[in-house]
Amino acid sequence: MKIELLYWAGCPSHPEALELLQTLLAERGLEANVDLREVRTDEEAQTLHFPGSPTIRVNGRDVDAAGAEGRPALTCRIYHLADGRVSPIPSREQLQEALA
Amino acid sequence: MSIAIAQTAPTFTLPGVDGRDHSLDDYRDARALVLVQSCNHCPYVRAWEGRLMAIQRDYIERDVRIVAISSNDVANHPEDSFEQMQMRAREQRFNFDYLYDESQSIARALGSARTPEVFVFDGNRSLAYHGSIDDNRDETAVTSRYLRDALDAVLSGVVPAVADTPPVGCTVKWQS
Repeated sequence: MKIELLYWAGCPSHPEALELLQTLLAERGLEANVDLREVRTDEEAQTLHFPGSPTIRVNGRDVDAAGAEGRPALTCRIYHLADGRVSPIPSREQLQEALA
Repeated sequence: MSIAIAQTAPTFTLPGVDGRDHSLDDYRDARALVLVQSCNHCPYVRAWEGRLMAIQRDYIERDVRIVAISSNDVANHPEDSFEQMQMRAREQRFNFDYLYDESQSIARALGSARTPEVFVFDGNRSLAYHGSIDDNRDETAVTSRYLRDALDAVLSGVVPAVADTPPVGCTVKWQS
């Protein structure tokens, strides 16, 4: 399993996202490494199709397909939770589904 | 670096999403004035938005006014444009004024770094509290309600027990 976590340092959310991701991996007994990649420039955001920080891809698939097509930018990414709330990181359920 | 506790509120006149200009003096009757560095695009702002509206609703009869100000550079964040601000305020039915600081002069005067970032000024417009609205972006996990506690203190004429907390959120988007 290939897991990438792309982040922009200007947004404070990626440590929390990484912690949640690692917790879920441990709960499932998965040994996969998380490939952390910092996105530093607008050009990199364009090249990497980076719609905001954090962006997490499992085997190349964004954990939030709906948000994956957002305009590439150095920004904090918005995730919509099942209960209608907004979050700066994917939900536990979104990550669980992506890891299944 | 944000302005220090006890410093005076900066003066301003800024356009609001309601189509009117708003100045510091317009809020002279408020017993406490809360300036919130804000914007449209940030998920942290959106996560706290409902709580901010609830605070305005709960404190309006005690003469507390909340004023959100967006100073973000719209060249790289078009979702923070004045037109988009008007749309968001309308969609969310903001119960506080939402002002556009196109020159970023108020953000610089406040020394803002994040969105959301809160500045509570007392009746003399002296800074009484600066920082976060509360201690968790997830409302279900909140244990300390900094802004409400600060307002209660100011309205009681005492110094807030917690006067400064680190703001958590997106960075203010400065013009290059």
